[in-house]
Amino acid sequence: MRKYSVFAVAREALRDHTGWDRAWPNAAPKKRYDVIIIGAGGHGLATAYYLGKNFGITNVAIIEKGWLGGGNTGRNTTIIRSNYLQDPSAAIYEKSRSLYETMSQDLNYNVMFSPRGVMMLAQTEHEKRGYLRTAHANKLQGVATRFIGPEEVKKLVPIINLHGPRYPVLGALWQERGGTARHDAVAWGYARACAAMGMDVIQKCEVTGITKENGRVTGVNTTRGDIACDKLGVVVAGHTGVLADMAGFRLPVESLALQALVSEPIKPCMDVVVMANTVHGYMSQSDKGEMVIGGGTDGFNNYTQRGSFHHIEETVRALVETFPMISRLKMLRQWGGIVDMTGDRSPILSKTPVEGIFMNCGWGTGGFKAIPGSGWAMAELMAKGHSPLTEEFSMFRFREGKFIDESVAAGVAH
Amino acid sequence: MLYLECPYCGVKGEETEFHAGGEAHLKRFGPGSSDQEFESYLFARENPKGVHFERWRHVNGCGKWFHAARCTASLEVFGTYSAQTTEPPKAIKDAISAKRPGWRWRDFS
Repeated sequence: MRKYSVFAVAREALRDHTGWDRAWPNAAPKKRYDVIIIGAGGHGLATAYYLGKNFGITNVAIIEKGWLGGGNTGRNTTIIRSNYLQDPSAAIYEKSRSLYETMSQDLNYNVMFSPRGVMMLAQTEHEKRGYLRTAHANKLQGVATRFIGPEEVKKLVPIINLHGPRYPVLGALWQERGGTARHDAVAWGYARACAAMGMDVIQKCEVTGITKENGRVTGVNTTRGDIACDKLGVVVAGHTGVLADMAGFRLPVESLALQALVSEPIKPCMDVVVMANTVHGYMSQSDKGEMVIGGGTDGFNNYTQRGSFHHIEETVRALVETFPMISRLKMLRQWGGIVDMTGDRSPILSKTPVEGIFMNCGWGTGGFKAIPGSGWAMAELMAKGHSPLTEEFSMFRFREGKFIDESVAAGVAH
Repeated sequence: MLYLECPYCGVKGEETEFHAGGEAHLKRFGPGSSDQEFESYLFARENPKGVHFERWRHVNGCGKWFHAARCTASLEVFGTYSAQTTEPPKAIKDAISAKRPGWRWRDFS
């Protein structure tokens, strides 16, 4: 695979851009692989990439029922942060955030990581106390965050209304090194790097069954034939429940619809990411100038990738109070993705009751930020059987009562 | 948008009239049960893509809890029925069988 560089751009400019390779070939499935990863979204591709890069396992197929990065990877609001309360979460999300910093160089693919800063507004006294606590916890975990007062919020976000009648801004948890990245590029970059290591990225190939022998996985049935494997990584987010059913066990996971929307493009007006968890809304401005807005989940199980309109209405109504200027904006597009929510709102990276099957799911409403860290940890788990980053995220923690209780720590918006 | 009908007061409304209460027909386990049974009752869920049974509450109406049979892949509602039952009534099962032949959900089919 030819390296992307300024010289490559110059070379191609001289010959009318006729020399660019395909970023990755559209592979057909072989009969057997050492490792199969189900799900070619960010997490699945990252898992495959680090299996190859860190452990030299390259006889790997990543199979995807739709198109690459077409699920939640292409539907999120691209926020990257690691200001979590609990130690296990802070460890994996901070690993992830730090990998984002060098991702464009590692993958030789511009993922447009923009560490513009992430601000989580405290709009009630309760929330303010919570964020002060998180800021202290982060200090101990080595995650650079701090609590800032309303004046500093106003300085960083001039368009904000600090004195809204219902939602005054009392301060914010500020992570300067958080930010955003181009979500599609993350998937494409990993796919290209995986293909360069000789892995097969197989699209339009839906898994219809999982075959087992003596409690051990032997392969998968797909719409493009049966494929054998030694190890199987299931990294399918919203469809985790469906795959777990095929494998023959149940998980503490429920699939819900989460929505986002973007406005018409406007001139630059906000150069940080702002999250307002009290009102379930978060907003950033994309490089194209659109205001990218995310909201809350629906309350019921849903696989339709469409959300309920009233959630959009609630989100926008609340954000308009905090950002009065957006009241005149027209909204361009709205979409939904299916997120897999666990009982404690923390992910599952785990061995399963079936030997050889590994689960990576439950990232809920905040999976994008975790892509490289999740892939890094999952690859270690699959290659070595254990990983310091995944120890606490076992699916068996629910039986032990060892929850990683981020639903209380971070509110709903992850 | 989801439209439900409260089986108690007969009011039809869209979802903001109601509140979702999670999976229905859970078999409850308490003190004396095994760890696995207790875990399964508290956390493990069917989460099917297709026919699903769940609890709803008519919060902005009569306030009563009821059950609904619904398809999670299309949001089609097959019917709503009383919460005072451990199994969906035959009429609901027949309505589902007519539209989703061969369906199954835990021990029901």
